Amino acid sequence: MTETSSSPVPASTLGTPRSFVARMDTGGRILLVLSIAAAFLVPMSNAWLPASSAFQIPTWVLSLLGKYLCYALLALALDLVWGFCGILSLGHGAFFALGGYAMGMYLMRQIGTRGVYGNAELPDFMVFLNWKELPWYWYGFEHFWFAMLMVLLVPGVLALVFGWFAFRSRVTGVYLSIITQALTYALLLAFFRNDMGFGGNNGLTDFKDIIGFDIQSDGVRRTLFASSALSLALGYVICRLLVTSKFGRVLVSIRDAESRARFLGYRVEHYKLLAFVVSAMMAGLAGALYVPQVGIINPSEFSPANSIEAVIWVAVGGRGTLYGAALGALVVNFAKSWFTGALPEVWLYLLGALFICTTLFLPRGIAGVVPRLFKRFDGGLVGLISGLWRRPKEDAR
Amino acid sequence: MSGLERAPVAGASQTFADTILYVDGVTVSFDGFRALNNLSFVVAPGEMRAVIGPNGAGKTTFMDCVTGKTKPDKGTVLFRGTTDLTKMDEAAITQLGIGRKFQKPTVFETHTVETNIELALAGNRSVFTSLFWRPGTAEKARIDEILEIVGLSDRRTMLAGALSHGQKQWLEIGMLLVQDPELLFLDEPVAGMTDAETEQTAILLRRIAGKQSVVVVEHDMEFIRALGVKVTVLHEGSVLAEGSIDYVQADPKVIEVYLGR
Amino acid sequence: MRLTSPRGGVPRHGRRFLVILAVLFFQAALLLTAHPSRADEFSDGLPALAKGSYDDKIAAASALVATGDDRAGDVVKAFSAGNLYVRKSDGAIFVGRDGAPSGQALLTDPVSGQDLGAVSESDYEKIRVNNKVRRALDELAGGLALLGKDPAKRKAAAAGLFGTSDASQAGRLTTALEKEKDKGVAAAMRRSLASINIGDPDPAKRLAAVKELANSPDQQVRALLLSRLVETNGKPAEPDEEVRTLIDSTLSHINLTLQLWNIVGSLYQGLSLGAVLLLAAIGLAVTFGVMGVINMAHGEMIMLGAYSTFVVQQVIAAHAPWLFQWSLAIALPTAFLVSAIVGIVIERGIIRFLYGRPLETLLATWGVSLVLQQAVRSLFGPSNRAVVTPDFMQGAIETSVGITLTYNRLYIIAFAVVVLAALFMVLQRTPLGLQMRAVTQNRRMAAAMGIPTARVDAFTFGLGSGIAGLAGVALSQIDNVSPNLGQGYIVDSFMVVVFGGVGNLWGTVAGALSLGIVNKLLEPFAGAVLGKILVLVAIILFIQKRPRGLFALKGRSVEA
Repeated sequence: MTETSSSPVPASTLGTPRSFVARMDTGGRILLVLSIAAAFLVPMSNAWLPASSAFQIPTWVLSLLGKYLCYALLALALDLVWGFCGILSLGHGAFFALGGYAMGMYLMRQIGTRGVYGNAELPDFMVFLNWKELPWYWYGFEHFWFAMLMVLLVPGVLALVFGWFAFRSRVTGVYLSIITQALTYALLLAFFRNDMGFGGNNGLTDFKDIIGFDIQSDGVRRTLFASSALSLALGYVICRLLVTSKFGRVLVSIRDAESRARFLGYRVEHYKLLAFVVSAMMAGLAGALYVPQVGIINPSEFSPANSIEAVIWVAVGGRGTLYGAALGALVVNFAKSWFTGALPEVWLYLLGALFICTTLFLPRGIAGVVPRLFKRFDGGLVGLISGLWRRPKEDAR
Repeated sequence: MSGLERAPVAGASQTFADTILYVDGVTVSFDGFRALNNLSFVVAPGEMRAVIGPNGAGKTTFMDCVTGKTKPDKGTVLFRGTTDLTKMDEAAITQLGIGRKFQKPTVFETHTVETNIELALAGNRSVFTSLFWRPGTAEKARIDEILEIVGLSDRRTMLAGALSHGQKQWLEIGMLLVQDPELLFLDEPVAGMTDAETEQTAILLRRIAGKQSVVVVEHDMEFIRALGVKVTVLHEGSVLAEGSIDYVQADPKVIEVYLGR
Repeated sequence: MRLTSPRGGVPRHGRRFLVILAVLFFQAALLLTAHPSRADEFSDGLPALAKGSYDDKIAAASALVATGDDRAGDVVKAFSAGNLYVRKSDGAIFVGRDGAPSGQALLTDPVSGQDLGAVSESDYEKIRVNNKVRRALDELAGGLALLGKDPAKRKAAAAGLFGTSDASQAGRLTTALEKEKDKGVAAAMRRSLASINIGDPDPAKRLAAVKELANSPDQQVRALLLSRLVETNGKPAEPDEEVRTLIDSTLSHINLTLQLWNIVGSLYQGLSLGAVLLLAAIGLAVTFGVMGVINMAHGEMIMLGAYSTFVVQQVIAAHAPWLFQWSLAIALPTAFLVSAIVGIVIERGIIRFLYGRPLETLLATWGVSLVLQQAVRSLFGPSNRAVVTPDFMQGAIETSVGITLTYNRLYIIAFAVVVLAALFMVLQRTPLGLQMRAVTQNRRMAAAMGIPTARVDAFTFGLGSGIAGLAGVALSQIDNVSPNLGQGYIVDSFMVVVFGGVGNLWGTVAGALSLGIVNKLLEPFAGAVLGKILVLVAIILFIQKRPRGLFALKGRSVEA
């Protein structure tokens, strides 16, 4: 299931390839090139091409695409733990939402006196609840650097604590999935409470500024898009470096035969924990980029259904391939946007069918099938392209 | 219970010193069922020992106890006469130098054969070293050597999942050998092997013994005969008989247990 | 949350007959008993109201009230309001109503209750009252309820006087108490009397009042006693030290009693929630616990059961209204079959290809749940549908200490027990149960012995789903029947099964009950939502400690 490497086969598969390029696979290289190109070209087209041009990307499309890129980053994070370590987290939406809330808290503090109640210190919902002072956990969020730190630290620490308990006591498989789901469910209930101090039902919204710039302005939108695309590329590189290292090979070993790995002397829980924490931080970053682009964060982001939906992106794209996960997120969300607009009744049927058909007929996802399709048409131009995907004979079981 | 080499409890410390594994009075129950019942068992350094016994005799549970998978309800398990194994987990015990092959051959099927060996190489197992570790020349040579020993050199880039059953057994044995363990536990190492493969395995194991201590659990009497080592018979969680294969096979208690009344 | 009843205006033949019979019987009884003896005393006393001085009138009214006749109340009230008329021709007394056109009066005969309609005022004369009479009459009217014939009404009247600031009621209560024969009513009167006497200037009386109040420890008494300790300007409302001490000790006694009852109440609530959880989880205990299939569409099986109930009720209302009381009984097998068939289709169509791949099963069945939700949404609309609670399940048992046992909850507890027992019977006593246990313990051996394992799988899954359908019928009585019904139960159900220990039905029972009870015991301190969160967190931590649940089977899981 692991697409270890589709670059030219080395005589020996031992160890870690030295060069950075050799550690990226073909699909990943395409993903990297596309996302970095998009980070520059899409904002440029939005800014400089006239509105009449067919290549001009309107701002709303830019924001929509930016949202998809955040989802892709979340999918990437999920693939790191599910595809390579066998941890099916049904609670990654929680890390995404926590990152989003951290960003939302920063944005709330930037509103200042422009809120409905004009209170410089307290966000509107706190004034409404008759709170007199800012709760301690809101301290520091007026600083961008602090908020960014929290975007990574809050999901990371939650993953560390949760994972430390879960992996140490060897909760695996569906049990782990069920308790991750319980985790996000518990957070959902908690964030709905007004007493929590995160805006309750309504969440955080009505943002005005981000590092001093109007959050609605096209320039900020373009910057956010570019940041999302670059974060996706960076996230991919980090994941890819992780999985091509010995660490990654141990992860896969744990996925395939956990007790064998343990009886080789590996502390399985430490490996899982590192993967889980890195993944949670990436999900948090994705959430933080998502919130300013959609303009709101509320407790529904914690709903278990969201987390499971993210899992299906990975499954559709092809788990254990990284680039496939990102691809899956983009494809499914394009489809979702189109169908919920054109045929809203049909979307849930389609999403349901997607879950069923992917698991039944396409367990390796798009990334597992497309290279094979190319292989069928050996020769000519297609053969040339398919050569890119050709893998060693033994490899292609 | 013959307890030929059983150390007397008083003044035991001198006797521990020349044991690699010292198991005394170990009892394990699962929901009232006694899988191990006051089991005592000693392995000397460099010794190879065969363990036989009918199904449910406690062979696998015994290995679980020694390798840290199951915690005994009571009893002593000492490694090299000093290290208490009941307080440690699997990873720690493995790093001490105890290797274990499972009953069902368990290898990393989506890794290549040589990656499997590479992951088993003796060395630092911590997460952070794993991030930047790469094999040096010495390690590569060691991998080549082990692959040669288990006869998988020409299949080194194959995925382990594509190996035959017998080859997987060998790969797993290779993964144990490359760890340089002082004590090896082999649970049914020749199950599913052809006669020729079985013979080769026996040769391989005899070669290991002497340098390393080996405990082999097997049902295949011919294989055990070929090993030519002392045999311990387990029954209902305790030692029933101990001695050479001929001696054990002639023991009426053993015959009764195997053939029934 | 229930909307309108679809059976409004439905004729019920059998019932109508019964009603007629009852009315006839009642009238006969009335003729035989009430009228002959009392009617005379009451009607004889009436004319005196119009005669003599004001004092005579007061005396006449008192005599009328003393008859204990219920009709006296209306007369006295009308009298006080200046609405009592005497017919000039024969001196008969009539009760008038407001709203008559000028020159006319709207009259009722107080003896027969017959309405005379509007009559010319000139034939009648209003009986005049002054303030003294009015006061006396009001006094009489107030005491009247305490002297009525119906003990329940007397009791209610006495209870209504509890803690009144009107000290004059004390006299009435005392008078009434002297005549009272019914023990329960007398207790209520003494209690109310004590509640008035606690403000009496005489410390001895106050002391006696507190002692009396200690006999009925409840919220009302507690609030009253507390108010006696409130300090204004540094002086407590109760000046006497001795009385205060008694109040203190009584209060602590009451607090303890109330706490105990609160706990009992919480336990009952918890039991009731536990029964709901058990119903929701028990089907899952079969599919997940016994078969090891992660069915994320389990909640939707419950939802299908609830919608089956709705459809059954609709069909009955349209075609066979007289069956309505039986609608739930008919819905049970229907819901079981609907959910079981859908379950079998899912098992044969999807799950069987995924055995041994639990994570994939989880995802595929999640997909199924989305499809089922959307299908129900398309068929029945996204809003809540009204499922009617039959009469016998409506209402509640009220207890004196403030715990209300609603019938539908009681029925659900009983139903959960029945379903559990039935499932045990199926598993232990039927060939299917035997084969099921054989297949789950050793599939290959079972197959080798000729058990059709595939069919057993399908039936087992069908059984688990069918039970979820049954749960749906029960839950339709207490929850909104909407396409999202199942979603609310899925996390809880899994928690129950995992907490109890997979593969062990008793574990599921213990899990459901303990989660239900802990949840409800936490609620008073933590609030509903926080209580739930705490329970979730506790389970997450618990699973760390015992990854296989409360009642997990230990064993030599070799290379798992």
